[in-house]
Amino acid sequence: MKKLLVDAVVISNEAVIPAVWKMVLWAPEIALCVQPGQFVAIRKSGGITFLRRPFSVADADPEQGTITLIYRLVGQGTAEMAAMHADEHINVEGPLGTGFSIRQGDKALLVGGGVGIAPLIFLARKLDRPVLLIGGKTAEETFWSEFLEPYAEKIYITTDDGSVGRKGFTVQALPDILAENEITGISTCGPMIMMQGVAEIAAKEGIPCEVSMEKRMACSIGVCLGCTFAGKSSGKRYKVCADGPVFPAEEVF
Amino acid sequence: MDKKRMALEFAGIKMKTPVMGASGTFGFGLEYADFMDINGIGAIISKGITPKPRPGNAGVRVAETPAGMLNSIGLENPGVEAFKTTILPKIKTIDTPLIVNISAGSAEEYGELAAELDVDGVAALEVNISCPNVREGGIVFGTKPEAAASVTRNVKLHTSKPVIVKLSPNVTDITCMAKAVEDAGADAISLINTITGMAIDIESWQPLLGNITGGLSGPAIKPVALRMVWQTARAVKVPVLGLGGISCWQDAVEFLLAGASTVAVGAYNFVNPRAVEEIAEGIDAYLARKGISQVSELVGQIKV
Repeated sequence: MKKLLVDAVVISNEAVIPAVWKMVLWAPEIALCVQPGQFVAIRKSGGITFLRRPFSVADADPEQGTITLIYRLVGQGTAEMAAMHADEHINVEGPLGTGFSIRQGDKALLVGGGVGIAPLIFLARKLDRPVLLIGGKTAEETFWSEFLEPYAEKIYITTDDGSVGRKGFTVQALPDILAENEITGISTCGPMIMMQGVAEIAAKEGIPCEVSMEKRMACSIGVCLGCTFAGKSSGKRYKVCADGPVFPAEEVF
Repeated sequence: MDKKRMALEFAGIKMKTPVMGASGTFGFGLEYADFMDINGIGAIISKGITPKPRPGNAGVRVAETPAGMLNSIGLENPGVEAFKTTILPKIKTIDTPLIVNISAGSAEEYGELAAELDVDGVAALEVNISCPNVREGGIVFGTKPEAAASVTRNVKLHTSKPVIVKLSPNVTDITCMAKAVEDAGADAISLINTITGMAIDIESWQPLLGNITGGLSGPAIKPVALRMVWQTARAVKVPVLGLGGISCWQDAVEFLLAGASTVAVGAYNFVNPRAVEEIAEGIDAYLARKGISQVSELVGQIKV
């Protein structure tokens, strides 16, 4: 798939909760071809940060010509993003990387934690009513279910404090969910420790599992080699930005 | 772009423009094919190739800094054999000179590597004696004039290709190094490689990079690079490839005026993957505006 470089227009940019923002960009060429799990690298010209910032695509609407990014405020780059208004321009490079393998006919379970839930929205939309398992720290962080509801068959929620859904981590809830549903494939995105737990259970149950990785990257197109790792089962050198970010779980854990 | 105005010969390599993609930031060229016509650029300088495959350094390898970035990749590459069998055949078809950047652990190994790469499809070698991120090879050779000369001699002995030696800025007197490699037979000199630096996370009190220190690149180093290019170009007769922090055509023109015959774009490729092409277009328009018919006429024309 050809990588594009376009000046996108901010359609909207607002806080979902104070720490998590949603930006909708008019980028029709990218909206048309981006796949779930792929990402874009964005940069505001004249901004204070030097490098582009990679973000997974949380949704794409080819008819409206828009892509949606959901981002957590973590530093200078995201602070700069949050300060942007409708009609402002931002340079977008994408679609980048290799996304989830869409398995039509599968009963998919998507497991997400924190801002890692973002690409699962786009994936859920493309799949046939998947089951979702999402985790957050508190009730405030479970807003994700609103984005997922239109596409999900069922949404299981865990919170660290038990204020919504089941108390504890997603991984702890996973065995019961697998018992309740005939799951034939798992896709997960979130903290490494969570994905590792998911991958271990999936392996034990013999369910194919793919994980979406996050690593610091400078170029986003496979040239700087900042984000490489050795595949666990193959030993092959992978670039997270180009060969991934989505990999078979057995290559990561 | 006026082809005649921009074409040049650098150390015997025919180039369509004086602007290249710098080693370590340009992959093997094909990675940029979606963004520009890679058949129309000056040259592709490959990621550093070593005798054996290298996985590179552990831990975090890139970090953003003010107007630039640190990297401590540690020369990850598939090794010369895989380069020749799987990568070179794919890039041979590009109608742009391929300069292969090489690193090794001893002067003898540099020579053997050069011999391995004395093949079709390789336009020239860029000898990396300046990588700050590896213990063996790399910067050990880049900070001692005798060691740099010995590497240069060995490479020259084993290749029929033009040899460009890439200098490190992490020295007291860059002209000493430049003269040493020129005397040893270098056909051209490229500079600068990255400047050694570091960054610390003030919450965890740990270095940001797994390797603790790394190489600084990006616009932050441009004035240093420009100064060293100017000093070097005055000190040697061989042509100079200037790089370090170039992000726009104006930067490139400064390097040419300082005495570089050609330039390369490094970290800025990450920001603007069309930079190599756009900078060449910018230089061409500048020459047209100034009424200069050939880009080489600009080289070293700084008025001091």
